[in-house]
Order: sequence, then C-alpha cells, then structure tokens
Amino acid sequence: MALRPYAAAKRTSSVADKLLEVNWGLVLLICMIGCAGIAMLYSVAGAHLQPWALKQIGHFALGLIVLLAAAVIDIRVWMSLAYPAYGLALLLLIAVDVVGHVGLGAQRWISLGPLDLQPSELMKIALVLALSRFLHGKSIEEVSKPIPLAIGLAMIGIPAIFVVLQPNLGTTLIIVADGCSMLFLAGLSWWWIAPTLGAAAAAVPLAWRFVLHDYQKARVETFLDPESDALGKGWNITQAKIAIGSGGVAGKGFTLGTQSRLNFLPEKQTDFIWTSFCEEFGFVGALALLVLFAVVIFYGVQTAMSARSQFGRLLAMGVILNFFFYIMINGLMVMGLIPVVGIPMPLLSYGGSAMLTVMFGFGLLMSVHIHRQVEIPRHSGGII
Amino acid sequence: MPLFDKKDKSRYATFTRRSVGMGAGMKAVFGVLAGRLYQLQIRDGDQYMVEAEDNRVSQRLIAPPRGRIMDRFGVELANSRRNYRVLLVSEQATEGVAEALDTIGKVIELSDQQKKKVMHDIAMNKKFVPVPVAENLTWEEFSRVNLHLPYLPGVQCDVGETRDYPFGKELVHILGYVASVSPQDIEHDDDPLMTLPGMRIGKRGIEKQFDKEIRGRAGASRVEVNAYGRIIRELGKDTGEPGEDVYLTIDRQVQALADQKLGDESAAMVVMDVNNGDIIALSSTPGFDPNWFNVGLTNSQWHDLTTSDHKPLLNKVTSGIYPPGSTFKTAVALAAIEAGIATPDYRVTCNGRITVGNHTFNCWAWTTYHHGHGSLDVEGGIKNSCDVFFYETARRVGIDRIHQAARKLGLGAPTGIELPGEHSGLMPSSEWKLKTYKQPWQQGDTLSVAIGQGYVTATPLQLVQQAARLASGKAVSPRIVHSVGGKLMPRPDIAKLDVSDQALARVRNGMNRVMNEGGGTAYNWRITEPGFEMAGKTGTAQVRAYSQEEHARGITKNSALDWKLRDHALFVGYAPVINPKYAIVSIIEHGAVPAHPHVAMARDVMLFCQQRDPARLPTAYPQNNSASVAPPKIQGQAEPVPPQPVKAGG
Repeated sequence: MALRPYAAAKRTSSVADKLLEVNWGLVLLICMIGCAGIAMLYSVAGAHLQPWALKQIGHFALGLIVLLAAAVIDIRVWMSLAYPAYGLALLLLIAVDVVGHVGLGAQRWISLGPLDLQPSELMKIALVLALSRFLHGKSIEEVSKPIPLAIGLAMIGIPAIFVVLQPNLGTTLIIVADGCSMLFLAGLSWWWIAPTLGAAAAAVPLAWRFVLHDYQKARVETFLDPESDALGKGWNITQAKIAIGSGGVAGKGFTLGTQSRLNFLPEKQTDFIWTSFCEEFGFVGALALLVLFAVVIFYGVQTAMSARSQFGRLLAMGVILNFFFYIMINGLMVMGLIPVVGIPMPLLSYGGSAMLTVMFGFGLLMSVHIHRQVEIPRHSGGII
Repeated sequence: MPLFDKKDKSRYATFTRRSVGMGAGMKAVFGVLAGRLYQLQIRDGDQYMVEAEDNRVSQRLIAPPRGRIMDRFGVELANSRRNYRVLLVSEQATEGVAEALDTIGKVIELSDQQKKKVMHDIAMNKKFVPVPVAENLTWEEFSRVNLHLPYLPGVQCDVGETRDYPFGKELVHILGYVASVSPQDIEHDDDPLMTLPGMRIGKRGIEKQFDKEIRGRAGASRVEVNAYGRIIRELGKDTGEPGEDVYLTIDRQVQALADQKLGDESAAMVVMDVNNGDIIALSSTPGFDPNWFNVGLTNSQWHDLTTSDHKPLLNKVTSGIYPPGSTFKTAVALAAIEAGIATPDYRVTCNGRITVGNHTFNCWAWTTYHHGHGSLDVEGGIKNSCDVFFYETARRVGIDRIHQAARKLGLGAPTGIELPGEHSGLMPSSEWKLKTYKQPWQQGDTLSVAIGQGYVTATPLQLVQQAARLASGKAVSPRIVHSVGGKLMPRPDIAKLDVSDQALARVRNGMNRVMNEGGGTAYNWRITEPGFEMAGKTGTAQVRAYSQEEHARGITKNSALDWKLRDHALFVGYAPVINPKYAIVSIIEHGAVPAHPHVAMARDVMLFCQQRDPARLPTAYPQNNSASVAPPKIQGQAEPVPPQPVKAGG
C-alpha cells in the first residue's frame, strides 16, 4: 500500500487505480473471518452446505462486490448521498411497522421480492453517513451548541424510537451507542457528556418500569439468575456457557461440537454461531478469531485518523464502532456477561441483510482509506 | 491556502485524542472477552465438559425379565406374561397431556385415578420418558388403540412383560405379590430400576424376601440424545442380568388341596416333610389374588382387604399368633417324661376337677359330661387330652422344665423360614415373667400353660415344626426355598433332638392313640387306609377369659357366641404312624365345633399327600450346583437357558 502522491487521490483517478489503493490486507482479514463463519454454518448444519453455508457464500460474495463498489466511489459522493440515504432508511423503517412481517416476536423485516430487508440494519449505516455529514459542517464549538446538538440527537433519536418500537432492543442500543460515540468524537463538550451519563444511570430503573417489554425484562431477569430457570428462559445462556466452556483449550474439533449438533444451542446459526465456534475450536481458536477482529478494528481506527476530512474520519470511525458494538454485545451476551439481546456476530452469523450492511460499511471505510487525502471544506455538501 | 482552518485543527486534535481513547476502550472490551473465554474454557472447562456430556449422553434403563418361581416339580407359580400396554411420551403429546389422556379415554377405559397417576408419573420423569398409561390390556383393547394410533400423538403401544400368578390366590401367602414402587421403597433401595416407570417390586412373601435376586440387574443403554431427548445413536449397551429363578419345596398339588379344603374360613394349614423340613403346602385363608396388586387395586378391593375380620392380608401361618391349646400338652408330656416324673407307672386320677391353692380348675370332660377321666398315664392323658392330668403333671414338673422341653420342640423362637414377617410366639419361663412383669411366676400361670393357654403362644408354623420334631426325633426346621438362581439355600445338618428316644416314643404313642384308639379325641377323623395312619393332637384355644359364672354353670356353647368370641380349633399331626414322613397343622379361627372340620381337612390332605408322596418323586430342581459355577457366557444370547424341568410323575 504505497502512499500515492496526493494527486492520485483526486477524482480523476481511474477505477483501476483506486482498486490498487484498496487495503487488500483488510479485505483478506474480512475474507478470513467470513470463511470461518461459512465453515461454522456448514458445521452446525451437521456438516451440510444446506441450509445455511451455501447461501452464506452467496451473501458473502455479494458483500465483497458491494464492498469494492463502495470503496471506489469518492467519499464526496457518499457525502452527497448521506441525507437521502438517511431519509430513505427512515421511510423504510416506518414502512416496517406497516407491511413488515412478524418474526421471533419482533417486526423487523420488509419484503423486497426475494430479499427480506431489515431497515434497522440499513439505518445503522445511514445514520453514520448522515451524522458524519452533519458533524463535518459543525466546528467544535458548534457541536456543543444547543440547536446543532438537538438536531444531532434528533437524527439519532427518531430512528432509535422506531427501532425500539419494532421492538428490537439490541439494534436500538447499537444505533444510540454509535450515534452518541460520533457526537463525542466530533468534540462534544464534557459539560454535556458528564451530566447526561449521570442522568442515564438514574433513568435505568425508570426504563425498567415503563419502557421495556415483558420479554425484554424476562431476558434481563434470566440473565441475572440463569439457573433459576435453567430449562426455560435461562436455557439459552446456560447452554451457551456449557458450549463455550466445554470447548476447553483446543476445542472438540470441526463439526464435532455436540452442543450445537444436538440442538442444545438455540439459534446456533445466527446469534450463537460464535458459541459453536468456541466449542469446536476452543480457547486457541476463539482467541485467534478475537485477534482477527481486533486487527480489523485497529485498521479501521488507523484509517479514520489518517483521513484528512472530518467527514472521512467520522465515517470511518462510525463504521468501525458499529462493527465493534456488534462484536461486543454478541460476545458479552453469549458468554453470559450481559442479557440476551438479539444481536448477530458480524461476518459470522447467517443472514444476508446483516452481511451486506457490514460489508457495505467496510466499503465506506475503504472509500475513506482510498480518499484519505481528499480535503472537503467545512461548508461543502459533497459533489453531486 | 491553508489546508485546515484553525477550528479544523482543534477538532482534528480532539478527534484524534478521543479516537485513541475509544481505541483503548475497545481494547479493554476485547480484553474482557478474552478473559471471559479464559474463565469459561480453561478455568471451568472441565466442569462444562462434564455438563456437555451430561446433556449429550442419556442412560436408558433396560428392565431385566423377572425370575420365575417354581414348585418342586417345576410348575411355574409366578412367571411373566405378555403385557399389552399403552405409553405416553409427554413431549410428543402435542395437544397436552390431559387432552391426550382424554382422547385415549375415548378408546379404552381410563379411570380418573389412572389419569392422576399418569400425570404424577409424567411430572416425576423427563418429558421424553415414556410413561405407562394403561397396562395389561386385552388384545381387543390393544388393537383398538393401535388402530387409533395415527390420531394419538405421543402415544406408544408396546408389548412388555408383567408378573403373572397362574394360580391366583392359592399361593398368595407364599409368593406374595409385586406392586408399584412407593417413595419409601426408593429411599431404602438405590437400584436405578426403582425409578423406571411401570417398575414392579416384590412386596410380600418370596417376592419380597428374594426381590433383589428375582429382580435381576438393570441393563442400560447409553445413548446420545439431542436437546429434545430424541435418541441419535446408541453409544454402548449393557444387557444387565435377568432375574434368578426360585425353586420352592412346595408341591402345588398338595397346596391346591389344602387351599381348597380351607375354603373361605379364616384358617391356616401347613404340611411339612418331617425328615428335612421341606414345606410341602402352606395355606392361609382367606387369600386374595396377587394379580390385583400388579394391575393396581381398586379402592373397594383395598377396603375389603384391610377391613375384613378374616384378615386376608395376614399370613396366619407365619404371623398369626395363637394359644396352642391342648396341642401343647405333647410338650408338657415330653417335659414330664424327661424330668423323670411321668414314669411308666406314673398315673393321675381325674375326677373332673382339681383344686390348686384356693382355685378349682375343671377338666374339659367335667364341663362337657360332668365326669372325670379316671386314672390316666401319660399316653392316656394325651389320648383324652385330660386337663386335670396335665394340671397336676405340669404343677409337678414346673414351668422351667416345660419351657426347656418346649424350646427343644422349637416353640418361642422363629423357625427361620425364608418368608418375611415371621413371628416368634412366646414360650414363657419364670425368668421371663420376672424380667417382663417384675413379678414372680405363680403356680396358676403354670396350670394355664399346661393346657396351652395363658402366656404361651405359637404360630401354626411353629406347631407343625413341633409335630415334625416329635415325629422324626430330629431338630428339623421348616424350609420353603430350595434354590435361588441354581444356588442351593444353605441347609445346616439336622441334629438329633436332645430328648430320649423313650420319651419320644411315649409321646408318639399318646398321639397315635388320640386318633387310632377308640375314645381318642380325634378317633372319628382317623385315616383308615392301612399304612397311611396318622397320629395327632387336637386343641382348642380360648380367645377370651371365661367368667367365674360360666365356670360355675358350665361354658357357653361356642355356636351360641359371636363368631369373634368363639374358640380357635387346632390340630397337629403326622403320618404315617410308623416311620413318619409328613407333619401337618390345621387351624380354623373361631372354628371350635364338635364336628372338628379342621381335623377332617387335615386327614384328607394328609391322606392325599401320603398317597402322592411328593418327597419320593423326582424333583425338577436345577441340577445339583452346576449353576453355582458361572456358566460360560454365550455371545449374542440374551436369554439364559432356563433349567429344564424333569418330568414329574403323578
């Protein structure tokens, strides 16, 4: 990845030039993680490509194309598309309430022909884009002024409300955490942050009383004492811990995880795929995978800091934080450190929507990397 | 043109600072994840491995077939028959267990009690364990369920094995019965079979005494199961060991006759081989059908069994305690001869009454005929069952020498028969009274004991043992089990009875004259077939204290009393008179009537038994002890080869 002269990053560069600029090391890492996921889907299906592994290969291949396509598009184009994308995602999110179908007790999908679209997934990226654009235009003093701050919070809050109404607590958490992190990175004053954190701590009991659904409360209660209901609601956590723990140092071996093969693990192909991985590859394998994730995140943070435009920096950091929050919440959840919330493991879990969103996010990150030398004036609105 | 304005620079610095901070935060989270992995997989890995294995592997118990119980000629007294049953797997009952039971109830009859039991069993077991809903169905009912099976999710039909007693109530007090395992049973027995749904264990008799042996050892199939309990594959199998067969010394033919003779009376009869102690027949009536308990009693059946004054649940032979009455006079006579008091010249004159201290005691002859027996020697005393003779003789002998002689005949101690719940009766002595009542022995006590009343009590089994010992001159004890699983029950060598031959001969002579000499108390019920003559002794046991008034005006006739207040009728005997082979006891509770039906029964049974002579017939017992050495295991052969019964004649 030779550092090209500044001119090479200009809009006049050809697509071929830009492909050379792609951080292929990062793409390789992503492919490694993606392959691990596909292998696990093969394993938990009882060493069969059906019903998940084969389709996931398709998802991943499509994801790679999306990644590269997004990577070669100028970040200024993405900047222009930020608000329309946000508006579209918000519309789809509202539409879910109208035409979405019911799955797992939560209304989350919208059917677009063969593809079941999850607007909440889309929203995570759209919000990062829109916030990046919005905050790009705000100086460090402006970020902490009431009106811009209110607008920023509204951009986070409105989709969050729709997602929590679906209801989808996990994604809501990620949207809010991601959005707030971006406000923080944009330079929000500690005078705002400290009191808010205090108020949030105080609000937890209120949320418990008035906001959370019964099934969400049940998850929290189960988490706090999983053995109290080991065959009922505590089943997921208990079995996941058994699966991970029984993997031991070296694991039970590929396709030999008894917990997943014999269906003791719930939703083993989605939220609990990482559990199966830990069971079959043990501490060594799980640690290796964690290192891969950490290296990807390291690349992402480095990309963000190397970008010359605030938009690029915020976009890269937003994408990588999104990726990180997935890993954190899923990892903590399946290992019994936080309550069960429906969050998949990025790149590993089965699912087209999540895969495409994550890969698209990496595409944007890559675009920031390729266009890191591009400067964008504070009051620019992109190039379309 | 500067690349960044001043404000851009400051937010760039802030961004970098805060990004680095967040990067550190993310690293910390990864640290937490890695730490948790370490905790789960390395620190607690072994424990979770065990839990995963527990999840995966399930032991399915395989019930071994219960051993059979045979009589001495190989007739199966308890065996297994096909049990058509309907099982329910709760997790597969998609419409719920209660609904499934209702649906089954439309096909076959199901009582609310049965339904309750099924609900209980299901609650006690994992949801994939098949729980019996109905058992012992007729073929017709079973086919009906099979026909409806497609509409009965979770219902399984299977052909298992159940205990069967082909002769019903005839042998119930020997065999006992099997019934469902109770929570108390589980507390005292950690056999994994105890928790198997539908398991039956022995609750009385031989079934209880040798339950461990007859039950066999549980086999187990180690299977891999998935989260829903479905079996994925078998990991290993232990076939267990089938229950062992038990051979009894009983001859079912004699047993059948004895049981039939007793009929519905509250009665008991035992036939015993005097030479080796083999119990040929042992009957206690009324009985009940042991199959009821296997299937499950109805409330009314249980109510009848527990409230009947004929006590059908009690094995009167081993657990019924009776005053031996005049049958005890043989023991007093033996003591008197052994003590050198009743010499051949010794005579007592019976005037019908005797006064000891300031009490007057009547002879039964006085009460009945108002005259005495005149001058009697020991044999005559036995023959006439003269109370005055034994009052006077016992007074001279004293309780402790009577006690000694009676103990030699086996009274006052359990016989050691292989049946549960045997009582020891009571053979009093002066020492015993002092210890128990803190009172010295009174002469009046001796006089009561002299005629088998007062403190002395015995079980019918002890009485037949007494008769057998008198007949054989050997210290035989009753034994009812020949072998278990081919292994012979230990039989200690039978010692000679520690009394003089002369004493035995004289008591036997007396017992002979009871039956075979005109005027003997049982002369009318003698066996007349030559060579089969029986000797014996009758007895009447009071169940209440007679009032002074009754003594004065004569004892009220038994037939005029309530059944519960009538005297017990007892008889002990042996036959033939020369070289005795069999001893017998027969007791009819509250059955003391002049017609002596209990003696008539004993006569009929003894005649039949002698003519059939089971002790001489070749038995079907497992061939001597070859089974105590473990037979070579034949691969692929699940069932053991049952011992081939030798064809019994007769």
